[in-house]
Amino acid sequence: MIEATGIKEIIKPENLAYRKTDIMTDNILSYCPGCGHGTAHRILAEVIDEEELQSQTIGVSPVGCSVMMYNYLDVDIQQAAHGRAPAVATAIKRLMPEKFVFTYQGDGDLAAIGTAETIHACNRGENILIIFINNGIYGMTGGQMAPTTLPGMKSSTSPFGRDVKTMGNPLKMTDIVATLPGTYYVTRQSVHTPANVRKTKKAIRKAVQYQKLDKGTCFIEIVANCPSGWKMTPVQSNKWMEETMFPFYPLGDLKTPEE
Amino acid sequence: MAKIKGSIVVNMENCKGCEICMVSCPTGTISMAKEVNGKGYYYAYPANPDLCIGCASCAMVCPDGVITVYKTKI
Ligand SMILES: Cc1ncc(C[n+]2csc(CCOP(=O)(O)OP(=O)(O)O)c2C)c(N)n1
Ligand code: SF4
Ligand code: SF4
Ligand code: SF4
Repeated sequence: MIEATGIKEIIKPENLAYRKTDIMTDNILSYCPGCGHGTAHRILAEVIDEEELQSQTIGVSPVGCSVMMYNYLDVDIQQAAHGRAPAVATAIKRLMPEKFVFTYQGDGDLAAIGTAETIHACNRGENILIIFINNGIYGMTGGQMAPTTLPGMKSSTSPFGRDVKTMGNPLKMTDIVATLPGTYYVTRQSVHTPANVRKTKKAIRKAVQYQKLDKGTCFIEIVANCPSGWKMTPVQSNKWMEETMFPFYPLGDLKTPEE
Repeated sequence: MAKIKGSIVVNMENCKGCEICMVSCPTGTISMAKEVNGKGYYYAYPANPDLCIGCASCAMVCPDGVITVYKTKI
């Protein structure tokens, strides 16, 4: 490994403050520079590590940029047909209720082709965690408009901005599933700053605990950037996300258990 | 009073030069190199290592998980 290091005398095992968990493999992520998928994977891996769930976890990966999540997380992962992750996760959890089961899905996967699977799994209250990465477009296929694309937002299939009159209104899936009786904990977070990373980690940890207690569906939306699809630098994309995405998709809990 | 000192190690070959660590560092420790790594990215490095407090903010937001952080009291 070629390294760029700070003060050498401090770099000793006993001074270690943070290193990537081994549950993230050493494979180089296929994601574009600055893409939120990498950070979202890593904090999920950190929670799995800290909760000692590596051998107890089964994830379901989507179709989209994160389709090859199994290369990056050293846990059992089943790749599902486009949008069908919640249905696959339903089967896995019902057959192996002792496992920690999660899906990891983009907004094209979860809110377009997989709308039915998402809503019905949540409505049935399947005891799974759904992680929803919302970057407002189809990243993998070239930045096409998704159901989540903001009004006026440019994409490769709405080059003049989304005109809601002809292209429909954006779908707030997280708000919808929060109204369903089967969901237990529904929250919207982000991973673009250290403080937001901490909050999202806390949310994932809560969802792990609720799943152990058989509480029903937990749903965590992570509003994320897609610098390539948005045609911005990573730093610009995070700023744009704060200024433009967050007012439409406000961060915070949408449904919390009555404790 | 004891001072907290930190130090980071960047796996510069795997860094994708996104600059997110640089803008998240509260002390201005990190800059982007003027030369590129094997993949053609201007990698991040601790340009002002004396300023590092080992807070791990950079490592927490690094999408590629290439930063390791060390911290000690001096
Ligand atoms: C049945 C089917 N329809 C369409 C596609 C093409 N396709 C691949 S990825 C994708 C959208 C992915 O977008 P999203 O879920 O937002 O994930 P991202 O890539 O942004 O992370 C589509 C439509 C496919 N692979 N299979
Ligand atoms: S296309 Fe967008 S979502 Fe996909 S890896 Fe690149 S930045 Fe991330
Ligand atoms: S550990 Fe904190 S102070 Fe040191 S480089 Fe990283 S963000 Fe900056
Ligand atoms: S956040 Fe990570 S990948 Fe991005 S520039 Fe910093 S070290 Fe490199």
